[in-house]
Amino acid sequence: MRRVNCKIIEDCIYKLALKACISLTEPCRTALECAYQNEDGQASAFALKTILDNSAVAEDLKMPICQDTGLAVVILEIGQEVYFEGGSLNLAINEGVRRAYSDGYFRKSVCDPITRKNTGDNTPAAIHTEITDGDKIKITFMPKGFGSENTSKIFMLTPSQGVDGIIDAIVETVKLAGSRPCPPVYVGVGIGGNFDTCAYLAKKALTRDVGSRNGRSDVANIEKEALKRINELNIGCQGFHGKVSAIGVSCELAPTHIAGLPVAVNIQCHCVRCEKAVI
Amino acid sequence: MKKLTLPLSKQTVQSLKAGDSVLLSGTILTARDCAHKRIFSLLDSGEKLPFKIDGSTTYYAGPCPAKPNTVSGSCGPTTSARMNIYAPRLLDLGLNAIIGKGEMSDEVQKAIIKNRSIYFAAIGGAGALYANCIKQSELIAFEDLLSEAVYKLEIIDFPAIVAYDCFGGKIY
Repeated sequence: MRRVNCKIIEDCIYKLALKACISLTEPCRTALECAYQNEDGQASAFALKTILDNSAVAEDLKMPICQDTGLAVVILEIGQEVYFEGGSLNLAINEGVRRAYSDGYFRKSVCDPITRKNTGDNTPAAIHTEITDGDKIKITFMPKGFGSENTSKIFMLTPSQGVDGIIDAIVETVKLAGSRPCPPVYVGVGIGGNFDTCAYLAKKALTRDVGSRNGRSDVANIEKEALKRINELNIGCQGFHGKVSAIGVSCELAPTHIAGLPVAVNIQCHCVRCEKAVI
Repeated sequence: MKKLTLPLSKQTVQSLKAGDSVLLSGTILTARDCAHKRIFSLLDSGEKLPFKIDGSTTYYAGPCPAKPNTVSGSCGPTTSARMNIYAPRLLDLGLNAIIGKGEMSDEVQKAIIKNRSIYFAAIGGAGALYANCIKQSELIAFEDLLSEAVYKLEIIDFPAIVAYDCFGGKIY
């Protein structure tokens, strides 16, 4: 048994959130620089240059890279030998978010879904937990913007649709999203599980480094083929047409039911922000 | 890049083509989902708006709070398509220009052509860079909406691209 005080979790979330909202992940920055070098569409290249300049301004002035500092997504992978003490884990996570969004001068973007009244402090976070072996806690913080979230989709495919159906679903989602989610996008895909777990897998896929590949070669091939077909759509940066419509596709898998093939496609804008820590 | 001062004369609007890169200066008003809902509720009930639509430029944006001793927090554009249902009526009321990001509906495009107006695309996700183009910011309406309130911004050399011109040309 390892005892961990909830205050440690709160402080960790606070630090991760402060950093995540002002910095692109390195693999994302590299992918955008590469896109800029390769882009021959004039307007798309102008937009990519502006985006790269913006990330330098944000780092320099310690300002949010994008004003949509997102709905805070927190994933905790908790070793089963960990015992939390010192209060409520849920409250600690949300307190970390609340303090970071206040001290960082980040936008508070969370509201009641019906009345639209803002909660005022960007809480509650969307908290996901997984129980793992051992006594460590892996914490992932992702501020998820909603221009891109709004273009995400879930498909309940049939088994006969197979790999072709999966790739079609991914490409169709990006095509329909068009200019709206701030392309070039990063595409997180959940394959299998059920209606809810495939959506979570899609989100978790977005916490992988841009450009990384699934360890299974057949799944990595889906990622490569989907990315190739997306970049043939000629959406380009901001929808201004060009060679680069997506900077990556990441797929995560779970076994599913013999009757189904759920596929969730979670769209992330070009501003990939994600910080991780292990306690 | 063409340097333009808002509000644009009809002559200037007619000189611009979809795809042109521009640097905008002048006064703009932020408004996004909730502010538009309020504006429409005031219009529908015949009440006076706290600001003028005729001749103004709307920026679909909701900024981050400004740090102490700074003018504005990050302030890039939000997705314009969510304002498709609001834009045509406001264009008919004399809106000079719209700044946002992403495609809008055919109805919006028709209203832009009819009113000889224009839609500029700012670069989504460039909020920090745009904050540097804002020289003054004043909250002028719907304070309770926080970041969704209406801010009057004075901008200088704000980079954008003509997305829909007044002749039916579009970049998307």
